[in-house]
Formats: sequence, C-alpha cells, structure tokens
Amino acid sequence: MKPAPFQYHAPKTVADAVALLAAHAGDDGRILAGGQSLVPTMAFRLARPAHLIDINNVEGLDCIAEAGGRLCIGATVRHAAFHKPVTAGPLGALLSAVVRHIAHYPIRQRGTFCGSLAHADPASEWCCVAAALDAELVARSARGERVIQAAAFFDGAMTTTLAEDELLAEARLPLLPEGTKFGFQEFSRRAGDFAIAMALVAFRVEGGRIADARIGIGGAEPAARRIAKAEAALDGAAPGKDAFAAAADAAAAAMDPMEDVNTSAGYRRDLVRTLVRRALEDAAAA
Amino acid sequence: MTEKTDITLTVNGRDFAVTVEPRRTLADTIRDDCGQTGTHIGCEHGVCGACTVLLDGEPVRSCLMFAVQAEGREIRTVEGLAADGALSPLQQAFIDNHALQCGFCTPGFLMLATGVLERDPDIGEDELREVLSSNLCRCTGYQNIVKAVKSAAATMKAGR
Ligand SMILES: Cc1cc2nc3c(=O)[nH]c(=O)nc-3n(C[C@H](O)[C@H](O)[C@H](O)COP(=O)(O)OP(=O)(O)OC[C@H]3O[C@@H](n4cnc5c(N)ncnc54)[C@H](O)[C@@H]3O)c2cc1C
Ligand code: FES
Ligand code: FES
Repeated sequence: MKPAPFQYHAPKTVADAVALLAAHAGDDGRILAGGQSLVPTMAFRLARPAHLIDINNVEGLDCIAEAGGRLCIGATVRHAAFHKPVTAGPLGALLSAVVRHIAHYPIRQRGTFCGSLAHADPASEWCCVAAALDAELVARSARGERVIQAAAFFDGAMTTTLAEDELLAEARLPLLPEGTKFGFQEFSRRAGDFAIAMALVAFRVEGGRIADARIGIGGAEPAARRIAKAEAALDGAAPGKDAFAAAADAAAAAMDPMEDVNTSAGYRRDLVRTLVRRALEDAAAA
Repeated sequence: MTEKTDITLTVNGRDFAVTVEPRRTLADTIRDDCGQTGTHIGCEHGVCGACTVLLDGEPVRSCLMFAVQAEGREIRTVEGLAADGALSPLQQAFIDNHALQCGFCTPGFLMLATGVLERDPDIGEDELREVLSSNLCRCTGYQNIVKAVKSAAATMKAGR
C-alpha cells in the first residue's frame, strides 16, 4: 500500500530539527532517519504520522568519533558504516561482526544505528549491543540535553523512555579494553530475517580467570538486557566448558521469553542456552 | 507540505522535473513520473528487492525512500546499464547463464549486483551469496543468478 499523506520537513541543523519536533510532536510528528522501519510501517498504514522530520540533511549527525574512552555514533550513521571496523580495538571488530546479521546489504545502506535503538524492536542487533555494553544515549530536545543509560532506555517492545519531543542525537559505546574477547550468535529461520533470539558476550581473561563478563540477550524478551546472574557464573571462573555451561543455564533460567504463533517460550529459552554457550565458545576461540 | 512540490530527479544522468506529494515513494516516481518502468515494485515494504536502484552508487530499496529525499542524488536504474546498444557484462551474463525466467526480479538483482561489483570487484563467494540473499526470486532457484554474477565479475576483471 501507499503511505498516508504527511507534511515533510527537512531541517539542516539539530536546533531546527528539535524545534520542529517540539512543534509537531503533539500531532504525531516523527523523525525520519533511514526509513527502513518507519516507511514499511507507513506502507502498511500501521503508522500515519502527520509530520515527518527528515534528519538526513542535518549537519554533524553523520559523525563517528572517539572521545573519553567512548565511540560516539551520530543519529544518521548508517549500519553499513560498520561493515569495516570503525575503530582499531575490540569494539570495532565486535560491531563489524554484528552488523552483517542486520537485515540485508541494501537496507544497511540506509538504516541507522540510532534509528534501530529508537525503534527498539526486541530483535534489533544494535539494541542488544547497546544493552550488553551499557551504551549512553544522548537525547536532545528544545528543552535541552540529557544522557540516558541503556538499562533505563529500553522500556519493552518498540518502546523507549525517549520523550516524544526528543531526538536521539548520539549513542556512545565504551571502547572495550585491549584483550577483550567477544562472541555473537543469533538464530533466525531465513537469512536476513529478524532473529528469534541472540546473545552477545564479552569478557577478558586475567591470570587464567574471566573478568568483566558481559552477557546481553536480545530477541527472546520484549527488550534486550544484560543478564547479571549469567555474568556472575563467569566472573572469576576459568574459561572453559563448565563455566560456559553454567552461564548458559543461568541465562536461560533468567529469561521470561515472548511467545508467538511460531515460537513457544520454552523454545526461545532453549535457544538462549545454546546461543550463549556458542557465543562464549566463539569468544574463547578468538 | 502535504501539497505537491516541484523537484528534479537525476536518473541515469538525465534530469526529470516532476511534481510529487511528499508521500510519493522514489519507486513510484521513477516509474510513473519519470516513465522509467524497468524498476519493478513487488512488496512495497522492503522485503523483495525488486525495486532496488543505485543511489550515489549504492543499492537501496526505492520503495523505502520518498522521492523528495532523492533530489540532487545520482540515481541509476536498469535502463542505464546498457551503453550504445550493448548490454553490460552483467546483463549479458544473466542471459548466458539462464539467470532469469519471468524476469520480474531481474532489474533489482542487476542493480544490486552492479552496485556491489563496482564497489568490490574481488568479492568472495560467501560474501556474494550473502549479498544476493537480499533479493527474492520466485523462479530461478538462485543458483544461476550466483553463477551469472560470478561470471560477470570475471569478465569485468579481464576487461579492466
Ligand atoms: C526487510 C527488512 C529486514 C530487516 N531486518 C532487520 C534485522 O534483522 N535486524 C534489525 O535490527 N533491523 C532490521 N530491519 C530494520 C532496520 O534495521 C532499520 O534500519 C532500523 O530498525 C530503523 O532504523 P532507521 O534509521 O531505518 O529508522 P526509521 O525507519 O527512519 O525510524 C524508525 C523509528 O525510529 C524513530 N527514530 C529514528 N531515528 C530517530 C532518532 N535519531 N531519534 C528519535 N527517533 C528516531 C522514527 O521516528 C521511527 O519511529 C529490517 C528492515 C527491513 C525492511
Ligand atoms: S518493492 Fe521494494 S523491496 Fe519489494
Ligand atoms: S525470474 Fe521470476 S522472479 Fe526471478
């Protein structure tokens, strides 16, 4: 189908973009970023925004920069920017490993990192990354700027704590320390489909023991999150089969999985166990 | 503006002055306003890839962009592939390898593969298959499409 009519705005500055958002948020004004989720929803007439504020021409939002131990990703940085590592350390390699799981090549040319976070699909790979790595999300509005921690940003399926007049201007990810190992695993029935479940793990090994373990799970629950109990099964343990199995069991046990016509909660829980174990094995082998 | 606006689209190096509503997709505009009907529309929600065109050299779904967003950008469609009456090496390879049957998906696959081969002529087999999984074909079973693109890549390299 064809999208319903809307008024189109193409601001050139962040100040103009948030002013337009403030003026139109009340009558269903929305940001248009890559359009790779919003335009299909409009074509289905599931969304009929009265105003679209296109941020693709806004100066300065397409920048990737390192500052204060963090990688800053502007609102119009596309998925495809991560096809090759954007930074030399482990974070660059991690983002490149994950990005190839997102949709398809042409969709990655338009879709944005920040748009994925704002859209907050439970099965978004970037949401899983943001949750696992404790991203900081920078919200801008005509009222000012605030920084939201990832754990306080995702608020259930397709829902965030961004106010309707707020632009997600930037996402900041920690540049992981040298020597950080990571693994990412997801399962979907066809290449390019949204995943039924995914696991992102990262840790370091110090004196033969695991340190700074991170386990993020996406797709299984309404929102991606870190699983503290599974991380506790790793920290201080020797990397290997026993610790990995304990962490995988703990992650599966911690889940309150979604159900749909194709996939039962029990199946998703089993997938989480398997994906966490495989991601940990990948990390250890890297 | 929900009202129609005047824009100029550059398709295959030619300027088209068109008047469109903001909600008009790039795919519809290319077909109905510019008259370039080689670009096909299947699903209109980003899944099938029949509408794939090159935007500043990169393959994109033209059903997921609005025409007003494409002003000032270089758009290439299947009509622009043949030069001086000669098919491009990729088009010829599709014929030689029986990579199309009904042909509905073909313009999308041609633009997808053209964009990718121009960017990365040495693309490996695994990555190529991953890229080609972006688009749907209901006829060929894909194997001959993969064969055609690989053969075109070899021809294009020999010709460099
Ligand atoms: C066939 C297909 C398969 C896909 N598969 C996957 C997949 O496997 N994994 C995956 O993660 N995604 C997938 N996607 C979605 C894709 O990754 C989108 O790019 C992403 O979800 C949204 O980013 P966008 O920039 O396109 O946002 P848009 O579509 O422009 O916007 C999405 C929503 O977020 C809001 N928004 C966007 N940017 C901002 C901002 N900076 N501040 C505030 N609000 C904002 C918009 O108002 C809108 O409500 C798929 C899409 C398609 C069409
Ligand atoms: S018509 Fe655009 S992807 Fe199907
Ligand atoms: S040749 Fe018929 S859909 Fe591909």
